[in-house]
Amino acid sequence: MSVTELDAVEAEAATEPRRVNKKELRAARGLLLPAVIFLVLLTQVPFVVTIVYSLLRWNLLYPNDRGFTGISNYVSALTSGDLWPSIVATVLITAFSVILSVALGMLFAILLDRPFRGRAVARTLMITPFLVMPAAASLIWKYSMFDTNIGILNWLSRTLGLPVVSWSTEHPMLSVVIVLTWQFTPFMMLILLAGLQGQDKGILEAAQVDGAGTWRTFTWITLPHLRMYVEIGVLLGSVIILQVFDPIAILTKGTGGTKTLAYLLYERAFIGLDVGQAAAYGVVTVILTIIVATVALRTLFKVFMAGGSR
Amino acid sequence: MNRSLRGSLVTLVTWVLVLAFFFPVFWMILNGFKPESVASSVNPKLFFTPSTEGYQLAMDRGMKGYLLNSVTAAVTATVVAVVLAIPAAYALSIRRVKNVENALSFFISTRFMPLAAVVLPLFMILKTLGLLDNIYVLAIVYGAVNLPVAVWMMRSFFLEVPFEIIEAARVDGAGLGREIFRVALPLVLPGVASAALITFIFSWNEYFLATLLTSSAARTTPPFLGSFVDGRGQFLAVLSAAATIAALPVIVAGWAAQKQLVRGLSMGAIK
Repeated sequence: MSVTELDAVEAEAATEPRRVNKKELRAARGLLLPAVIFLVLLTQVPFVVTIVYSLLRWNLLYPNDRGFTGISNYVSALTSGDLWPSIVATVLITAFSVILSVALGMLFAILLDRPFRGRAVARTLMITPFLVMPAAASLIWKYSMFDTNIGILNWLSRTLGLPVVSWSTEHPMLSVVIVLTWQFTPFMMLILLAGLQGQDKGILEAAQVDGAGTWRTFTWITLPHLRMYVEIGVLLGSVIILQVFDPIAILTKGTGGTKTLAYLLYERAFIGLDVGQAAAYGVVTVILTIIVATVALRTLFKVFMAGGSR
Repeated sequence: MNRSLRGSLVTLVTWVLVLAFFFPVFWMILNGFKPESVASSVNPKLFFTPSTEGYQLAMDRGMKGYLLNSVTAAVTATVVAVVLAIPAAYALSIRRVKNVENALSFFISTRFMPLAAVVLPLFMILKTLGLLDNIYVLAIVYGAVNLPVAVWMMRSFFLEVPFEIIEAARVDGAGLGREIFRVALPLVLPGVASAALITFIFSWNEYFLATLLTSSAARTTPPFLGSFVDGRGQFLAVLSAAATIAALPVIVAGWAAQKQLVRGLSMGAIK
């Protein structure tokens, strides 16, 4: 169905009391129901329970001292001094990683869009970092790249006569951002490359015939065309990286301003055993994600409703 | 500078950058084949006598069991997600459903919900039921986490099935089941495959839930790798070997299905 046809059907449904084929409608609901029930049970119900937990005084170390406590978990979260640094860490890590991986992804997409010998191989090698298991990637970077003794980066430093740096302890935030950027650049590259290849070649040729230089063609034609792809990449990347846990747990254990909300919750719940407090952090994480996702969802819906079907 | 020279220069730069980007993976694979003393030496060595010592040590640490758990979790999750996603995606594309938009935002929103928001109750409930450290339970949770993406992707494929084909089948008196599974589904098999691939990749690589919901019997590969952080002494060869084994299935699958990957990663928004 094309977009216009879809619109027509939608309009018809809105105006006319559609000849509702009740049987058909029931069947459609029946088809959706299993998935919806499954999702409600495994994601919505637990989230509601998390909200309830966040209103409870409940530390597993004191199992008998359990009761309703209102918003005090939130109050103590706000006043404990852990929450804000954690939000800052989460937002900074997400922002830096997403911006850097989009920029690098754009560079690689442009480089790999032009024909050259072995392009397929280069492209295949380029997407690999995204496929490497994140836990493995973090470990490999921690030991074989960042390590002060056996890390390649410090071997390079020594060879060039530069000072040796203990990356994950001296620059924890940078280390985490490097690993995430390395993992997500291929993700952005794939999406942007699809955008480049989906360009109308006729328009590009016409621009060339009209004497527009490479740079002008890029900024006036290619970039506006890529906007949608950049938006999709940014929003999906943000939503995934906002939950970042693996590189924190493996590279820094939350030290040096890298304690993201997910890691903070993990610490409170599974090391501190404070369920109520941890649940409050969980709810805060959701609120933060909703703020990012609302902006993101709006974009995605626009894309999805307009061009997504065709 | 003439055109072809400039072209070769750009190609050279491209290759240098690509190889630099790939280097950590190359180094991981190489280190896995080094004897421990070579891998952990301060001066990196490119040439050495290959050894399978690292792989041997990884297996000695029980890696086979963790890999089996990972396979069980990822395959089961994929089956769960695909089986539930096919009818839902079909209902959201070809058949008219009231409030399609609402249903869709519901599906997307569950994907955007951070795992942190659901893990505590899941942990408590599973603990009460004695279902912690159960690989199938972990797999079902993975299925739920990936279901929204699967529905979304498959919907974008179902939308491309010409409606006339469906109508013709209906005129011929095909029932709902026949209409979906015999008529529409064969046309969207690539879409189903890419949804399955994405679910498999995400489940195989998942670390957070695996760490919290499993301990020994159902422990998967990512938390097993994570346990290397507390390792003492020389262990780069065994770590690299273990990381290589763990990453390999997804790398190979991803290489084989590059085309589908793009559409999968963009949740179907990009063809």
